[in-house]
Amino acid sequence: MAIIEIKNLSKSYKVYQKNEGLAASIKGLFHREYRKVHAVRDINFSVEEGEFVAFLGPNGAGKTTTLKLLSGVINPDTGEATVMGHVPWERHNEYRRKFALVMGQKNQLWWDLPAMESFRLNQHIYKVPKAEFDKTRDELCEMLDVQRLLSQPVRELSLGERMKMELIAALLHQPDVLFLDEPTIGLDVIAQHKIQTFLKDYQKERNNTIILTSHYMKDIEALCNRVVIIANGSIYHDGSLEQIVDKFSGQKVVTLQMSDIRSLNSLKRLPNVLEVEAPRIKFRVDRDEVGRVLSEILSSHRVDDVVVEDPPLEEVISNVFSEAQKAQEAEMAK
Amino acid sequence: MLADAVTWWTFFKISINERLVYRADFMLGTLMRFLPTLTQIFLWWAIYDVISTPGSADSAEGPDKAIAGYRYGEMVAYYLMVIISRAFSSMPGLTSGIAQQVRNGEVKKFLIQPVDMQGCLLMQRIAHKLVYYIIAIIPFAIVFYSCGGFFERGWPPADVQIVFYCALILGFLLGFFLEYCLGLISFWFLEVTSLTFIYMLMNFLLSGHMFPLELLPTEPFNARLIVDFLPFKYLAYFPAAVFLGKVEGPEMYQGLAILTGWVVFFIALSRVLWWRGIKRYSGYGG
Repeated sequence: MAIIEIKNLSKSYKVYQKNEGLAASIKGLFHREYRKVHAVRDINFSVEEGEFVAFLGPNGAGKTTTLKLLSGVINPDTGEATVMGHVPWERHNEYRRKFALVMGQKNQLWWDLPAMESFRLNQHIYKVPKAEFDKTRDELCEMLDVQRLLSQPVRELSLGERMKMELIAALLHQPDVLFLDEPTIGLDVIAQHKIQTFLKDYQKERNNTIILTSHYMKDIEALCNRVVIIANGSIYHDGSLEQIVDKFSGQKVVTLQMSDIRSLNSLKRLPNVLEVEAPRIKFRVDRDEVGRVLSEILSSHRVDDVVVEDPPLEEVISNVFSEAQKAQEAEMAK
Repeated sequence: MLADAVTWWTFFKISINERLVYRADFMLGTLMRFLPTLTQIFLWWAIYDVISTPGSADSAEGPDKAIAGYRYGEMVAYYLMVIISRAFSSMPGLTSGIAQQVRNGEVKKFLIQPVDMQGCLLMQRIAHKLVYYIIAIIPFAIVFYSCGGFFERGWPPADVQIVFYCALILGFLLGFFLEYCLGLISFWFLEVTSLTFIYMLMNFLLSGHMFPLELLPTEPFNARLIVDFLPFKYLAYFPAAVFLGKVEGPEMYQGLAILTGWVVFFIALSRVLWWRGIKRYSGYGG
């Protein structure tokens, strides 16, 4: 049985509409116009134990709302969901002891106190036996290399250090299911990488189930074997990252290094040239044309090196997003 | 059960630690508490001075003239006792803190973790109050020692003292649950500043914080009777009046019963508000 199961889940918000200006504000005192925002509409999916799933989608697509529903912060309008057999929004303590939600933009630690105090409190909130707590904490601190920061007030930590502490605080009770909402937001490359490595190792070691949302493709490339693309509250695609690239990017990027710079003159006339930097040239070719184009070039020019790659992931995803957006709009227009 | 107690104990200790971080601010805040009272005492001093001046129309009864049953010394003692009442019942930042947590989404923490927000806030408040008493005991001792002469009747008898202590503790609970309920209203109206302001105003006038409630009119309607049944007076006036012997006998026990009733009411209301509030909560902010 799947560890997370979502059936026909929908959630909409009423949003107060206010026009610009004082007159509109005064009008708002007496009569308010609300607009219904469908944050999540009728989504279905399930996650098996041990999966590392990414939620991908533009801002406001419904990723965070889905995580909030799954962690029981909000109640849905319609639909069902179970996580480890519990209905999240019933908020049973038994369920709440088995999962964790980490929000990159939110601070759950005591701001003025060392992180150690927050950890200690979590130990008691989640009723973790002391020996187990000490062991888990030491392991996590070692993995994230933060032992020396444990007794510093949280407000004096850097963003990256704080995020590591947040992760530790969320993992002390060894949750079976972990929801990560943009855990690397605002972090520098090194801290991002460190957290990625940590999450990867941690998940591999404990085989728990993780759902992650992120806008950094690097996070998703490094971590997730399954990507769910959400746009406008609906699931647009569900599959592996490779599938997405296959499905949504019809082109390859070819880089050639020529032996003779003069060859570039004729090659420059190819359609879709991206850049020319002698002796290299980079251009796009439709996926099913790659073989033909390359053999043509190879037969008439001397080439030192050939690289054929997928276009950058960011670009593919941004194409997917705009396609999803269009598809949605088309559907709405109907 | 025991594990829960340990959780609360840990929460309590952490709250104390947190409170001790900003020591200087805390000390200053404590001392400042006496300032408004000092101005009130000076004001009354001037009033009593005028009415007891020979030649003034009201001076018939001489220098010991009483206003609403309070001679000058009693009036000073009343204001000092109100400081004690309010040291228990006032909850600075509770309502606005909850509203802020609801608005910026921090309240999520209490929905995600297996821990009760009400219990946490109560523990935090008890911790803050205790730290406050420990630090404030020295200035309080100095003030009360030097003003000892105003307490003409000395310590009240033991049974009255017991009622007084109960009233202080119940006053703390009333203050806490009343403001907690106000804070929870932010689940419906995100901004509760104006509500807090109205509450503060009512509190100021009707709790006896500003003046002894004996000064309220009984004509054209009996304002004093109404105030008896409102929760406000139990936040400041009641404990002070019990200590000073202004409320005695059956009236005193009736007051204690009404106070207890309000505490139970607000505890129940807070549960209802919480359950309905989180139902309609939409998890603002990311």
